[in-house]
Amino acid sequence: MSARDAGGRHPARLVGERLRLAYDDRVVVEDLSVAIPTGRLSVIVGPNACGKSTLLRALARLLAPRHGAVLLDGDEIRRLPTREVARRLGMLPQQPVAPDGIVVADLVARGRHPHQRWFRQWSTADARAVERALVVTGTADLADRPVDELSGGQRQRVWIAMALAQDTPILLLDEPTTFLDLAHQVDVLDLLRELNVRDGRTIVCVLHDLNLACRYADHLVAMRAGAVVAEGRPGDVVTEATVEHVFGLAAKVVTDPVAGTPMVVPIGRGPGAGAPGAQEGGS
Amino acid sequence: MSTATLDAPAAGLRARGRALVHRPPVAVRVGPCSTRLDVRAAVVSTVLAAVTVFGLAWSVSVGDYPIPLGDVFRQLAGLGGDTATAFVVETLRLPRALTGVLVGAAFGVSGQIFQRMVRNPLASPDILGVSSGAAAAAVFAVVVVSASSATVTRFALAGSLLTVVVIYLLAIRQGLSSYRLVLVGIGITAMLDAVVAYLLTRAEIYDAQRATLWLTGSLNGRSWEYVRPLCLALAVLVPVAIAASRSLRALELGDDCARALGVGVARAKLALSLAGAGLAAVATAAAGPVGFVALVAPQIARRLVGTRAPGLVPAGLVGAAIVVYADLAARRLFAPTELPVGVLTAMIGAPYLLWLLARANRIGVGG
Repeated sequence: MSARDAGGRHPARLVGERLRLAYDDRVVVEDLSVAIPTGRLSVIVGPNACGKSTLLRALARLLAPRHGAVLLDGDEIRRLPTREVARRLGMLPQQPVAPDGIVVADLVARGRHPHQRWFRQWSTADARAVERALVVTGTADLADRPVDELSGGQRQRVWIAMALAQDTPILLLDEPTTFLDLAHQVDVLDLLRELNVRDGRTIVCVLHDLNLACRYADHLVAMRAGAVVAEGRPGDVVTEATVEHVFGLAAKVVTDPVAGTPMVVPIGRGPGAGAPGAQEGGS
Repeated sequence: MSTATLDAPAAGLRARGRALVHRPPVAVRVGPCSTRLDVRAAVVSTVLAAVTVFGLAWSVSVGDYPIPLGDVFRQLAGLGGDTATAFVVETLRLPRALTGVLVGAAFGVSGQIFQRMVRNPLASPDILGVSSGAAAAAVFAVVVVSASSATVTRFALAGSLLTVVVIYLLAIRQGLSSYRLVLVGIGITAMLDAVVAYLLTRAEIYDAQRATLWLTGSLNGRSWEYVRPLCLALAVLVPVAIAASRSLRALELGDDCARALGVGVARAKLALSLAGAGLAAVATAAAGPVGFVALVAPQIARRLVGTRAPGLVPAGLVGAAIVVYADLAARRLFAPTELPVGVLTAMIGAPYLLWLLARANRIGVGG
């Protein structure tokens, strides 16, 4: 019943089985199965409109599959009470909109909703979780500021704080770095890595930047046209052939000089055409 | 899980947090029960309640047969008085003033529900066609049936509830999108307004005048027959609305966020819409579509309370106060001629809102 159940030691496992996902008549994902490794940071990558956000929404039970099922700890997620799911699994949608004028502390406090009841609207656990979320995300100093006045990077941290206040062992984030500059993208991903390492939280996020995905992911899921085409450690998954196949992009894969992870250097057909190693590129 | 490492900075924050947090609500905990009390909201609500009660008493005291305020309170408290005072207070003026309080409260609460649910400060119960449905049915009752005022009230109630159901059914499609709801509401409202305009052109002059008075919103001659059903409806719907309003805090973040936070979005929206539309429907049936209260009361409450999303209670109290004072002004401004209250609500509410907005902009908050 309480936040105790939502502790990090819960053997949470999130699995999608033979999913068919569609909006109205448009089928986006067909017969896709995926298992999210517990306690790891997983990143879903793929070109625009490949269905990666759709998959994430289905895993978070925001979208009902037409066929197949999402299982949370072995139970079909649709059959679990939504409040019960919300204590185990948090989801930060793409570009959420804060009500205008809301202050940071109030927004973050709303993450406690699944732990509250009409008679228990602000327990000490609620207060502690909100404080902790503010501290961990470095937004404690912003607590009394209206969210609309913050910069893009600060705002993203505040939303992550809200999702953290929910205190779930599994956290899904849909493109948490979109519209952030590079420094803030790295900042947000460092934060997610820290949450993963420190609390053993299972984290899944959709990212656009393949190099950052390689740098931060324990487990990479590469999607193309509604199907998973490669899955595993970035070092095993990211090859020139995969990049070509997934993104339709000719690229060199070298070793990231900082992290030792694969780094994708696109060749394209632009000004780099004359550079060494670009001969096999072009259209 | 190594939460221990995080507790030290958290404790540090707690000390600083007191000074940091913007008007922090006070946690109130008794055993397993807990809540958060916004001190400013509580103070504002108490003051608003006092202002409303004073307005009620004032409204009862003034008129062609003036009664000193002291006698009014004595009469209200049941301490007796002469029979003339008792008659004027209890039969003539009190039910009218009470109808105003209840109608205002219902519009205020309803407006707050819709503005927060649809996330739009321009939303009001009218997006569900409450007043246009009531208007079409009431004008039909006056013009075609030549019904008594009690029958007009029943027609209005049936008309608004029927319209709500029709709009809801047309708007719902794999969940209720606020956007679709607003558009369907606009379409149906336009149709019903055309019906009203048509009926008015066909009406006899006396009926047309009666219909127009109803359409403006009026508390003239409201007796206990109006107060009792209003009381009953509010006693049921306000607690339902307050219970459902907890999910508003999540719904305001968008449907996806609300779902992720464990809110059954479709069910929560249905409960909120039903409570909000029901309140507006009974209020409209009792007093006509009193203009502007549902729109302006939540905005005024928001600025008085100073938080983005004040609860339903302050909005209801602001609504009650607006209608009571507007009716007082409507009765006395051009006495012995009485204006319909609907003329005055907008005249009082709008300048006040504009003043609050101007002030807020100057100090740079709350716009």
